[in-house]
Amino acid sequence: MMISKRLQATLVVIVCSFITFSASIYADPFEDRQKMRAFYQHLFPQLPLADYAAGVYAIDPDAKESWLAIEEFPPYELALEEGEVLFKQPFANGSSYANCFPNQGITIAQNYPYWDKKKQQIVTLASALNDCRLDNQLTPLAYGKGEISYLLAYMAYTSRGQKINTRIPKDSQAALAAYQQGKAYFYQRRGQLNFSCAICHLDNAGKFIRSEILSPALGHTTHWPAYRLNTGEMSTLHKRFMVCNTLIRAKVDPAQSTALRQLEYYLSFMDYGLPLNGPSTRK
Amino acid sequence: MSTIKIRSKRLADYTLVRTLIAHPMETGKRKDDDTGELIPAHFIQTVSFKHNDQLMSQCQMGPGIAKNPFFSYHIKSAQAGDIIRISWQDNLGYSDTAEHIIR
Repeated sequence: MMISKRLQATLVVIVCSFITFSASIYADPFEDRQKMRAFYQHLFPQLPLADYAAGVYAIDPDAKESWLAIEEFPPYELALEEGEVLFKQPFANGSSYANCFPNQGITIAQNYPYWDKKKQQIVTLASALNDCRLDNQLTPLAYGKGEISYLLAYMAYTSRGQKINTRIPKDSQAALAAYQQGKAYFYQRRGQLNFSCAICHLDNAGKFIRSEILSPALGHTTHWPAYRLNTGEMSTLHKRFMVCNTLIRAKVDPAQSTALRQLEYYLSFMDYGLPLNGPSTRK
Repeated sequence: MSTIKIRSKRLADYTLVRTLIAHPMETGKRKDDDTGELIPAHFIQTVSFKHNDQLMSQCQMGPGIAKNPFFSYHIKSAQAGDIIRISWQDNLGYSDTAEHIIR
């Protein structure tokens, strides 16, 4: 009898600890943001918040110097010009991209991704572009590189300097759940190398991984699309996520899949208030 | 839309002229991912740089140069209002010229 009572007590303790544990997983998103920023503030005390938009160049003065030199006459200019032409070209039915977006598609990139209550999913700028094409009976563009990256470059360019404005609607549990899943994806170890996003970009941010310095996760969503110097092409944020998953030898979620949209949503929420500086050049 | 972009900056002891040319620069050795066939060579052979109609430099180029090549020139004697003219010709007979006025 004594033993069973003791067992009961232990069980109660275990159940209680589970409750507190799950409560800590589902922390308030604002608290998450505060904690992440405090973490980086501690790691790089000299760095003002807005500088995180420069990514790894914010913490690597040598690379920053050459990056600034490249940005004076940036290689993405050709893509930018092409994007403007594509964006302004009317569709066969007379409509155009501008008609699908608020404010004719100008200075709006900072409002993406957002939670769409009607569709009950996260809408990213790239997915909104393809939705626009579908609405106008056009074939969707391939995500990752090519035409969509030129369009994104133009749209980001018109929004330069705007503050990232990702919010989680207060009245939507589904939006909060999507955020939480994005956060879980960020911290989840995966792949043969058993890495999570956080291991490199949070725990080891600023340290070397072979010859490269790991960038802080704060600011990861501000500068897309980017001209990658390693491929010589414009590349999108989701393409970068996919490359990361390949590098850690994990299952690669396709661009604009639910998982990657949730990750983008989480990271953008962390970046709230940072200046948008896409398109950009990255190694 | 010109394939050549030119920008200049007057510095203390020289003028920096930078140019970006949009060109595929195909070597002729690359294969098409879908069909497996060779992509025909298409690369710039000469780039000439004129300062006020005087030929200052002429580059002889081969397929070893990167796609969308970038060049920068330092000129010592440039004044405001000088005209820079850059042109290229490629192996398929295409060419382009662009003008730029130094400010």
